[in-house]
Amino acid sequence: MKADPKTVLTGVHFLDGDHACCEGAIAAGANFAAGYPITPSTEIVERYASRAPKVGGIFLQMEDELASSIAILGAVWGGAKAFTVTSGPGFSLMMEHIGMAAMTETPCVFVDVQRGGPSTGLPTLPGQADVMQARWGSHGDYEIIALCPNSPQECFDLMIDAFNLAEQYRVPVMFLMDECVGHMTEKVVIPAAEAIEIYPRRYTTLPPAEYLPYRPGADGIPEMVKAGDGYRFHITSLTHDEKGYPAMNWQEQEKLVRRLVEKIRLQGERLERNEEHWLDDAEIVIVAYGISSRVALRALQMAREQGLKVGLLRPLVLWPFPEKTVRELARRVKAFVVVEMNYGQIVYEVERCAAGKTRTVLVGHGGGTVHDPHDILQAICEVAQ
Amino acid sequence: MSETTSPAAPPAAARSRKRQGTVYIDWDRCKGCGFCVEFCPTKVLALSEEFNAHGYHPPYLLPDRTCTGCDLCGLYCPDFAIFGVMMPTETQPSEAEGSEG
Amino acid sequence: MSTSLPGAQPTNPVFPFLRTDRMPHIWCPECGIGTTVNCFARALVESKLPLDKVAVVSGIGCTGRVAGYVKLDSFHTTHGRAIPFATGLKLANPDLTVVVYSGDGDLIAIGGNHFIHAARRNADLKVICVNNFIYGMTGGQVAPTTPVGALATTSPYGCYEHPFNLPYLAESSGAVYVARWTAFHVRHITRSMVKAFNKKGFAFIEIISPCPTLYLRRNRLGGGLEAMRFYKQKSVIKNGANTKDLELSFQGEIIVGEFVNTERPTLSQVMEAQLQQALGARYVRP
Repeated sequence: MKADPKTVLTGVHFLDGDHACCEGAIAAGANFAAGYPITPSTEIVERYASRAPKVGGIFLQMEDELASSIAILGAVWGGAKAFTVTSGPGFSLMMEHIGMAAMTETPCVFVDVQRGGPSTGLPTLPGQADVMQARWGSHGDYEIIALCPNSPQECFDLMIDAFNLAEQYRVPVMFLMDECVGHMTEKVVIPAAEAIEIYPRRYTTLPPAEYLPYRPGADGIPEMVKAGDGYRFHITSLTHDEKGYPAMNWQEQEKLVRRLVEKIRLQGERLERNEEHWLDDAEIVIVAYGISSRVALRALQMAREQGLKVGLLRPLVLWPFPEKTVRELARRVKAFVVVEMNYGQIVYEVERCAAGKTRTVLVGHGGGTVHDPHDILQAICEVAQ
Repeated sequence: MSETTSPAAPPAAARSRKRQGTVYIDWDRCKGCGFCVEFCPTKVLALSEEFNAHGYHPPYLLPDRTCTGCDLCGLYCPDFAIFGVMMPTETQPSEAEGSEG
Repeated sequence: MSTSLPGAQPTNPVFPFLRTDRMPHIWCPECGIGTTVNCFARALVESKLPLDKVAVVSGIGCTGRVAGYVKLDSFHTTHGRAIPFATGLKLANPDLTVVVYSGDGDLIAIGGNHFIHAARRNADLKVICVNNFIYGMTGGQVAPTTPVGALATTSPYGCYEHPFNLPYLAESSGAVYVARWTAFHVRHITRSMVKAFNKKGFAFIEIISPCPTLYLRRNRLGGGLEAMRFYKQKSVIKNGANTKDLELSFQGEIIVGEFVNTERPTLSQVMEAQLQQALGARYVRP
C-alpha cells in the first residue's frame, strides 16, 4: 500500500535529522508516539507533538521511558502504528520493553539518537556506543533489526524502511541515529505519497475460531490481530504456546525462542543493505556507519589520492550484521579498518566474520566529537605497510 | 474442564413455599476452602468427610435444608467449583403440595 | 451424592468468561483472587458491556494471572507496566473498555509512578487492585501495603515501613472513582465494578484479599476462611469517608465503601478539546 498523501510533507526541505526522522515516521503512517524528553532526541517528539494532531495521530509524553516504551506496545495492540524516541540513558530504561516487543512480536520502532556515554555522559555530543546494546540490551535470546542513517535524508528514508521491516517481521526495529546526524541540517527531499511503499500490518483474515496468535506462517511469522475485533486473544510476556497461553517448559521455550531468533537470523543476506565505495579493487576496507561513515569517506578520498587501494563498506542495516559481505571481503582484502565512535563494538563483529582470514583494526574513541579523517588515514597507512 | 458435577436435589420432605434451588459441585476441582459453607445464607452446605482426588473435603448439600439457588456460593468460590441454580418452575412445589407437607 | 434434574446439566455461569481450557488455575487453596474474578464476571453481565470490546491488562504477580484466565482480549505485560500499556491501548482504540487487573505490589510499588500519572491524567482505565499485603508470586516479600509489624521474607523482623493508604493515594492523584472492599464483600465488589465500567475516567477499586500461603501463614493468621471471617467482622462500611482516614493497621479495623465518585474530563477528552481549541479546522481527530 501507499503512504497517505494527507500526512506526507512532499517537497524539498531543509531539515535536521531529528525533524526528518519525525517526518519519516509520519509518512510511514505512524499515528501514535509516546516519549520522554532526552537530548538529543527531543526534537523528534516535539515535532510529532506539533504534527500529530494535524495528521490524525496521537502523541503522549509519558512519565518516563519505561512507560513510553510500553505505551507504544499497547497502542499497537489497539491497532495503531507506533514509535518511541530516546537517547542512551532512556534506551537503557527501554530495554525491558524492547524485550517484551520481541517476545510478543509487536511491530514498532525505537529511535535511539546516540550520545556520549556511559550513564549521563555527554548529552549534547555524538556517540556510537549503543550499537551492541541495541542488539543485546534486553535479557534473554531474541533478534532485532537495526537501521543506521548517516544523513537527514536517510533519517527520513530509512524510517519508512524501519516501519516496513517491523511489520514484515513482527519485530521491534532499532533506529540508531547519533547526535551529529540528528542535529545536522541538510536538504531532505520528501517524495509524493504514491512513491512511498508501506508494508501493511499482517492482520489475519481467519475467523476467531480458527485463529491462533502465535501459529507461524511459512516464513516463521504469525498473523496479527488487534483488540476489539472479537478474537478474545491472550498475549503474555511469559514463554507461550501457539495459543498465546503461558507454557513454561523447555520444549515450548525451544519452539518459541528459536523461532524468534531464526525469523531474523536465517534471513541472512536478504536483510543486508550496504553502501559500497571503491570495493572492487580494495585491499583495505573501511567499515563505518552513521556519521563516522561520512568522515571515513573523506579519509578514503585522501587514501586514494595517495594511491592506496582503499574501499568503504557502510552498513545501513547494522543488525543483523552483514556477515556474508564481510566474510567474502575477508577472503580477499588485507585488512579491515573499523571506524566507530566507541572503544570497540562493531569491530568485534567484523573480526568474527573475518574469522582470522584478515587483519581487523579499530579506529575508535569515546565520542563527543567525530573522528579526524587524518586519524583514519594514519590507521590505513599503518595497515598498508 | 471435567464436568464431574454432583447435583443434589432437596428431598421431598423439605419443601417450602420459597423458590427452591440446588447446587452443582465439581467434586475434584474443589480445594476445600470453606467459603461456600461459611457464607451460604441458608446454611445448606457442609464440608464432606470424604476426600476428593486431591485430598480436599468438598462441600455437599445437607439433606434437611432447602437451597434457594441464590448462587452466593458460586460468587464466593475461588476455584469455580460450585454454583447454585434455581430449579425450573415446573419442578417448584405447588401451593397445594406445600400445604400438605 | 448425585440426583439428576430434568433437562440438560447447566454450566457454571462464570464459565463463559473463563478460558476453561486453562483450568484449574494456579492460585492457592483459600486465595481470594478467584472470588474477585467471579465478581468481575458478574459485573460484566450486569453492565451489559459488549465483551468483544472489553480488554484486560495485567502485570506480573498472582493477581496478574487474571488476564490469562479471562476469555477476553487480554494482555499479561511486564511488572508494574500494565497501566501505561493500557493507556496506549485505550488511546489507540477508544471503543474498548480497558480494565487493569493487578496486585498491590505490581500496581503501587514498581507501578507506582504510572499509577499516579494515569490517575492525574484521568486516563479512562478501570483499575482493580487486589491487595493481599504481600508479594505472593515470588514467595512472600514485603510490599508497600504491608501493615506495620507484619512479617514477610524481606522484613523478617517485622515490617517497619509505613504502608500506603491506597484510596487516599488514588484520590489525591486524581481518580474519579475510588472504592475499597474486601473479598468478603462480593456483592459490593460487583456493584462497584459495574459503576466503574460505566464511568468515564480513572476508576480505582481496592479489594483486600487473603494470601493464605504467605501473608496469613507467616503472620499466624489462620487460613483464607479465617481471613474472610475477619474481614466480615472487622470491616465497617463508611461510604463517603475521607480517604485520609482509611489507613490500615495490622489486624485493625478495615474501613470499606465507596469514597470518591466525581466527574472530570478524561485524558482523551481534554486532549481533544485542547487540540480542537488550538487548531480549529486544522485538527484531525485520531
